[in-house]
Amino acid sequence: MPKTPIAQFQIDRLSILDPSGQIDEDLMPELSDSQLLQLYELLTYTRMADQRALDLQREGRLGTYPSSLGQEAAQVGSGFALQKNDWVFPNFRELGVFLCQNYPLELIYRYWTGDERGLQSPEGINIFPMCIAVGTHVLHAAGAALAAKYRGDDMVAAAFLGDGATSKGDFHEALNMAGVYQLPLVVICQNNQWAISVSRESQTASETLAQKAIAHGIRGIQVDGNDVLAVYAATREALERARSGDGPTFIECETYRMSDHTTADDARRYRDPQEVAKWQERDPLLRMRRFLEQQRLWSHGDQEQLELTLKERLSRVVKAAESTAPPSAEEMFRYTCHALSSRQQEQLKECLNGGP
Amino acid sequence: MAVLNLVQAINEGLRQALEEDERVLLLGEDIGKDGGVFRATDGLYEVFGEQRVLDTPLAESGIVGLAVGMAAYGLRPVAEIQFLGFLYSAVDQIFTHAARIRARSRGRYSCPLVVRTPYGGGVKAPELHEESSEALFCHMPGIKVVVPSTPSNAKGLLLAAIDDPDPVLYLEPTRLYRLLKEEVPDEPYRTPLGKARIARAGHQLTIIAWGSMLEVVLRAAKDYDAEIIDLMTLSPFDRETLLESARKTGRVLIVHEAAKTGGFGAELAATIAEEAIMSLRAPIRRVTGYDVVPPLPLLEDHNLPSTERIVAAIEDLLRY
Ligand SMILES: Cc1ncc(C[n+]2csc(CCOP(=O)(O)OP(=O)(O)O)c2C)c(N)n1
Ligand SMILES: [Mg+2]
Repeated sequence: MPKTPIAQFQIDRLSILDPSGQIDEDLMPELSDSQLLQLYELLTYTRMADQRALDLQREGRLGTYPSSLGQEAAQVGSGFALQKNDWVFPNFRELGVFLCQNYPLELIYRYWTGDERGLQSPEGINIFPMCIAVGTHVLHAAGAALAAKYRGDDMVAAAFLGDGATSKGDFHEALNMAGVYQLPLVVICQNNQWAISVSRESQTASETLAQKAIAHGIRGIQVDGNDVLAVYAATREALERARSGDGPTFIECETYRMSDHTTADDARRYRDPQEVAKWQERDPLLRMRRFLEQQRLWSHGDQEQLELTLKERLSRVVKAAESTAPPSAEEMFRYTCHALSSRQQEQLKECLNGGP
Repeated sequence: MAVLNLVQAINEGLRQALEEDERVLLLGEDIGKDGGVFRATDGLYEVFGEQRVLDTPLAESGIVGLAVGMAAYGLRPVAEIQFLGFLYSAVDQIFTHAARIRARSRGRYSCPLVVRTPYGGGVKAPELHEESSEALFCHMPGIKVVVPSTPSNAKGLLLAAIDDPDPVLYLEPTRLYRLLKEEVPDEPYRTPLGKARIARAGHQLTIIAWGSMLEVVLRAAKDYDAEIIDLMTLSPFDRETLLESARKTGRVLIVHEAAKTGGFGAELAATIAEEAIMSLRAPIRRVTGYDVVPPLPLLEDHNLPSTERIVAAIEDLLRY
């Protein structure tokens, strides 16, 4: 009886734009100049909106907040590739994805201030409430994908999650289901190297996260997550395959969480500042800016102008968020079920009257 | 009208739901070609095909999580979990997501799904196949809990559960699947959720039960003038019917299979004590399973409420 290899696997890594701003022409996705500029604006907007949230939190004007600093390319590159009718199932650290879908930033700020209304996706934007129970939402994306396939809708479901989430059973159940039913699903992992204080190496003995797709019989690829062009290209290709009935893809974006886990965390307790400094050199905005400058699409003046415009926009957003009247207590009853039980009706009265 | 047992009535309800509404899809382990381990979906795969009757991989959290996404997208998934004991790995999906999507999205998304599963004891089955943990689910706002007790309310409650815009846990008393037979109307009909049923009118005391215990109570109380209430929906439960009966008879007995401490009987007893204590002539009594790990077949008769224990409780109440 011979012993022969019966299956072999390979994981590719895609990078297009290097830290000096050079691109690989052969791999460059089709993007017009104005789309390239749009990508850079979204990257910048994400970073500035994130910084603004951190400032607000420090001033006691926002609750605990998970920063996206350093992960802008992984979020914007993938978010930008989505189409309007696609559905998004986000993690809690996806600011750039939300901004790509034109989700009102005001709502995001309000959510992190403790207002559920911030999760009410406006009509026409199909974003699910960001998932707080890590990794459990990939199944919902798979379910929506299954429903869309059943109905023959032109829709792809995109789920976003972190490296820590790939250890959860629900993540694997979802990938397995997606493989079995060949669902129009793209799962995008932001491997930012940390799950609070647990490093990527301690999270799993796998060489890559992308290879987790293999066991489920679906495609997996790793991309340089600080390269917005590579993330965009990989996501677009995966979306196209899903849309044409060719099944699901798992994309690992290798990036880095430059900030603390949240504003309630202190990363100095568990990670080496030299590691952070090393990743600073691979900043996703800087390399895109260098590329645009080399292409003569961007100048110092453009940069100043953009920052000024975005700063003004952010002031308006913060003002709108902070001038919204708080929700009424009645709302917590209204949205529990479609109708109130007789007991809930009594409780609502009690709640509004401040006593029985 | 055909004479059906409870599992046949469920099968008919599922078939009619599939016929009536294209948004209805069934999913679960072995529910397709095999027709389900209890045959609840027998013949449906053949009629409706694999697009609408989906055999799933062996993953309970996956089944419920998938159904959450399908429901939020606009379908009406009906998931089968083979036994309530195996739903525990999907409790996360039910509590964290199904129960909260409407609230978390402030009404933008909802979760009209049904999870059906056999539950309860008295069938001499292996470990984890006889759980009765309904109270866990009744404690979580945002989901409904329904327990049929006869073939005809099984069909009506199932169709109402599928129509309901919120997630419904539909617990099928395994012991009754083939025990009871009765005439069930052929056409589709709905038995409203949130309403209890007076299974037998009476004056001397009120006995509240659901599912398999209702059948035991009816036998145990046959020589007494008891008003027997079949709760049918546990969450939200029909307070008005219970209180009215308690005020009328002044004596209340609650019977359930699940462990006593924190069981759903505690909620009913507290409600009656809060709102009708002045009408009571006796303490509220509970006959329940004991606070023990659900035993295997050789010991299960010691744990399940028996007609003897119920009669003793009735006699005790009538002495007041
Ligand atoms: C199921 C679950 N367990 C634990 C937590 C607490 N928690 C919040 S975020 C986090 C780490 C998540 O790491 P990762 O998936 O890599 O995402 P990241 O925070 O890096 O974006 C943990 C443990 C949670 N929210 N959900
Ligand atoms: Mg992480």
